[in-house]
Amino acid sequence: MFGYILRRLAVAIPTLLLLIIFSFLLMHAAPGGPFTGERALPPQVLANLEAKYGLDDPLLVQLWNYLKDVVLHFDFGPSFVYPDRSVNQLIADGFPVTLTYGLLSFVLAALVGIALGSVAAIRQNSWLDYLAVGISIGAQVLPNFVMAPILVLVLTLWMGWLPGGGWSFTDPSYWVMPVIALGTSYMASVARITRSSMLEVLGSNHIRTARAKGMPESRVIIRHALKPALLPVISYLGPVFVSMITGSVVIDIYFSTGGIGRAFVDSALNRDYAVMMGVTILIGALTILFNLVVDILYAWIDPKIRY
Amino acid sequence: MVIEQDKMTSLANRMAEHEVKGRSPWADARKRFVRNKAAMAGLIILILVGLFALFGDYLAAWSNEELDYNVMGQVRELGAPSIASGHYFGTDDLGRDLYARTVQGTRISLMVGIVGAAIAVIVGTLYGATAGYVGGRCDQIMMRSVDILMSIPYMFVLILLLVIFGRSIGMLFLGIGLISWLDMSRIVRGQTLTLKNREFIEAARATGVPGWRIVLRHIVPNLLGVVAVYATLLVPLMILTESFISFLGLGVQEPLTSWGALISEGASTMNYGTLWQLAFPLFFFCITLFGFFFVGDGLRDALDPKDR
Repeated sequence: MFGYILRRLAVAIPTLLLLIIFSFLLMHAAPGGPFTGERALPPQVLANLEAKYGLDDPLLVQLWNYLKDVVLHFDFGPSFVYPDRSVNQLIADGFPVTLTYGLLSFVLAALVGIALGSVAAIRQNSWLDYLAVGISIGAQVLPNFVMAPILVLVLTLWMGWLPGGGWSFTDPSYWVMPVIALGTSYMASVARITRSSMLEVLGSNHIRTARAKGMPESRVIIRHALKPALLPVISYLGPVFVSMITGSVVIDIYFSTGGIGRAFVDSALNRDYAVMMGVTILIGALTILFNLVVDILYAWIDPKIRY
Repeated sequence: MVIEQDKMTSLANRMAEHEVKGRSPWADARKRFVRNKAAMAGLIILILVGLFALFGDYLAAWSNEELDYNVMGQVRELGAPSIASGHYFGTDDLGRDLYARTVQGTRISLMVGIVGAAIAVIVGTLYGATAGYVGGRCDQIMMRSVDILMSIPYMFVLILLLVIFGRSIGMLFLGIGLISWLDMSRIVRGQTLTLKNREFIEAARATGVPGWRIVLRHIVPNLLGVVAVYATLLVPLMILTESFISFLGLGVQEPLTSWGALISEGASTMNYGTLWQLAFPLFFFCITLFGFFFVGDGLRDALDPKDR
């Protein structure tokens, strides 16, 4: 097991370095620097600015400095557009918010999805099954950027129950809509996957044996069916977590929650490369980390995996 | 008793025909697909949406660039959908005809979806089949690079590309094409590995057919089922990706539009009570995704008849 984790790490770390180098080079391939705005700066000012940010060094020196800062000090440097704020500060402001509603909707999607899918499979072809399948098909065509406006329309504009935007760590009424908007379509996919794999498992031999020896049905399902049925779900959860962070872009814009997605889109529209790179690398690191966790979890649950 | 000769011959013919004309797996699959109500409904929806995209323009009373100056500034009162004014779906905030805009958006969104899926089919199939067929170290390197590419947060890289090289539809196609083939290549490789050791491949190799020809002529045609199913399910994912980016204002730029851009516009103006601006693009978006999902699921069930 330990060797397996080490081997996975040996792939993960070069991947991350590659991502950093790739986005760095991409940024430098961009036509026009970060200071070529609508109002052309005097050449002397431009030269000073470039010297300040180290942009007049050779490319390889810049890359080396950037890598050193990021890897050794977790320092993404200053923002190019707001010189008084560092990228780290922007991330530190937004990330807790994103993490809060991201994790909440992740847990919601996983728990509700698994429960819905299992119930549908156990009571196959009952009204419960049809309801669950209906919900999961319906929710699949309602991604977060479609859910968000519909939720605001119904819950804020028509009913007036919830605040239409903003964020507060202490008041859960601000959390409801972001969590629902972000989690629904993934909940649907989790439910679909759980249902089909549960159906497959329930038809297998070891379940028949367990039933034949007179084990109560609830125990059959919890002890013998759930674990193998959850394997495909677990391998799906890794990408879901990443999609949730990606989806936070929409949530931040739509509900003005002030998370990390807002910082990313603002920087994209302002061409603030330092912030864009910082966020991309952070998300990349999270993606790789989470895939690693999922792989390890998978290997731990499924003894058939060779490691 | 007189036996009617011609009736007998026709019977004999029919028997012979039945005897000889076995049903191919494809004919079986087609039968199962046609019997699947959800899949057929999906197919009909897709055909209707396709016709709407192709010929919807001929029914429009306004072009997608014309501004209706009578409506401008009073969109809420005068811009509502009506047959009389020629704005079947109403107008947007600038007084442009939403029907014509929806036709335009449908075209672009469908095109993005289909081009993305087509790139995935071509690149993914060839890449996966080559990796699987060649095997060994080459396979290791090829699939490891796919692993690395897959662990990149593609949505962010796509946005990075769009910002750096300008927001154009060509860049969007390129970006979507770059990422869409990864999953396909994995699936195709797995399938190729199982095909590779079958007798007909061995026979081809024994008669001296070169490797690239075996891949193209013998392996790729046998992958068709998997590829078709996956491509159908990929189209809605590509449409979702494009809509997501256009929703953020980073994708398709004015005067062009797409479902994502229209939904974004509709969502930002629904506070003023102009709900039709959200409803019509959203309706087309949802039914098309439904259509593709149903057809994809139906195809999978038809080609792989397992009780799900």
